[in-house]
Amino acid sequence: MPQIFHPSMNAIARASIFGAVFIVAGIGWLLFEFYRSSYQTQVGVVRPQPVEFSHEHHVGGLGIDCRYCHTAVENSPLAGMPPTQICMQCHSQIWADSPKLEPVRASFRTGESIAWTRVHDLPDFVYFDHSIHVQKGVGCVSCHGQVDQMPLMWRTETLHMKWCLDCHRNPQPHLRPRELVFSMAPLPQTQATHAEAAEAAQEEPQAQPRAAHAAAASLASADLMKLHQIASPTSCSICHR
Amino acid sequence: MFFRSACRCHALSAMIIAVAALAGCHQDMYDQPRYEPLEPSDFFGDGRSARPLVPGTVIYGAEMADDVLHTGRSDGELATELPLELDAALLRRGQERFNIYCSNCHGRSGDGNGMIVQRGYRQPPTYHSDRLRGAPIGHFFEVMTNGFGVMPAYSIQVNAGDRWAIAAYIRALQLSQFATLDDVAASERAKLEQAAATPPEDANP
Repeated sequence: MPQIFHPSMNAIARASIFGAVFIVAGIGWLLFEFYRSSYQTQVGVVRPQPVEFSHEHHVGGLGIDCRYCHTAVENSPLAGMPPTQICMQCHSQIWADSPKLEPVRASFRTGESIAWTRVHDLPDFVYFDHSIHVQKGVGCVSCHGQVDQMPLMWRTETLHMKWCLDCHRNPQPHLRPRELVFSMAPLPQTQATHAEAAEAAQEEPQAQPRAAHAAAASLASADLMKLHQIASPTSCSICHR
Repeated sequence: MFFRSACRCHALSAMIIAVAALAGCHQDMYDQPRYEPLEPSDFFGDGRSARPLVPGTVIYGAEMADDVLHTGRSDGELATELPLELDAALLRRGQERFNIYCSNCHGRSGDGNGMIVQRGYRQPPTYHSDRLRGAPIGHFFEVMTNGFGVMPAYSIQVNAGDRWAIAAYIRALQLSQFATLDDVAASERAKLEQAAATPPEDANP
């Protein structure tokens, strides 16, 4: 019987005994990195849309409330994509001749839907309900990021199960008073801003600066756990129902 | 001889494993054969899985009565009184809804100079004219429901109860612009007087 392996194989065999650990770990690491990469999670990736709709302009520039267009967000699982009719409430007069808005006008004329690309698309085996999160004081910003600074829409969060659970296990830092749920200001981090802003918020309840909004929100978040009766369940069947 | 066939055998089994592994990677569970809300459909001719409502559809359980609550009119005349009980909660609700849906054009104080108007929409009349201060409350409800002039109808975004809440808040805005110091509660008066005494920090009117 002839020799199967060349003597040089010995060196390779020895190396691979030690190397196997690193190779397996390396493959694992690569898979993990791929799973977390923006290629996989779509974080920061702008997806093409039929109309270049800018939240930065409409929310940040004009100050239109989320609920003006996403009308169902307070009482339905789905936030609601605005019907073309809502776009045309303003754009029948403003930018009424803009070629960029032609798909909107065409949709209004023909009654055909505008085929938007869903940016925040959860797997079909996950149940998510906007209304309960809004009612319990989770701000839009917590999941969607500061859309008032997004010229086009992208994800700021992975939407991974770990990300959901991180908040469900410790919701307190993400809570706001109900009236600030739709505020675009992020929750502040430092104690100093808390105190300052809480003061400002008391003095000027109607026209609070944005930082004050957020700080007041964060300050009270311990009490909000009780006030909003936060249970934030973590059992499997809450989302996988 | 044996070496080569062994090699081929290994290559073959590696390929089989790779193909099996790739086949395991499909996304059936992520995208199950059912429609998510508003998902496109290749079954229906118009490409929509969300079917348009049949004309004449009414909301299940909703009262579609021809009463003043839903039409803003009783016996053909515009309602002069709020058909709901007026309390602080209703006004707060009205304020919130007004700021979401109305203030974009009408401005937060109702003077008709909101951001959308500043960007070129035709300016609506101020609420604080004699004409609108004297208008029956049903007028505001009817305008919100059906639209008026260039103003579109808002019944697709705001339900009837909220439209009455907004109408009540518009009345509050109208009162606010003609309020005197005597209308202010004694406990709050000192605050206003103090604010009037000190000039505002920035000259922004």
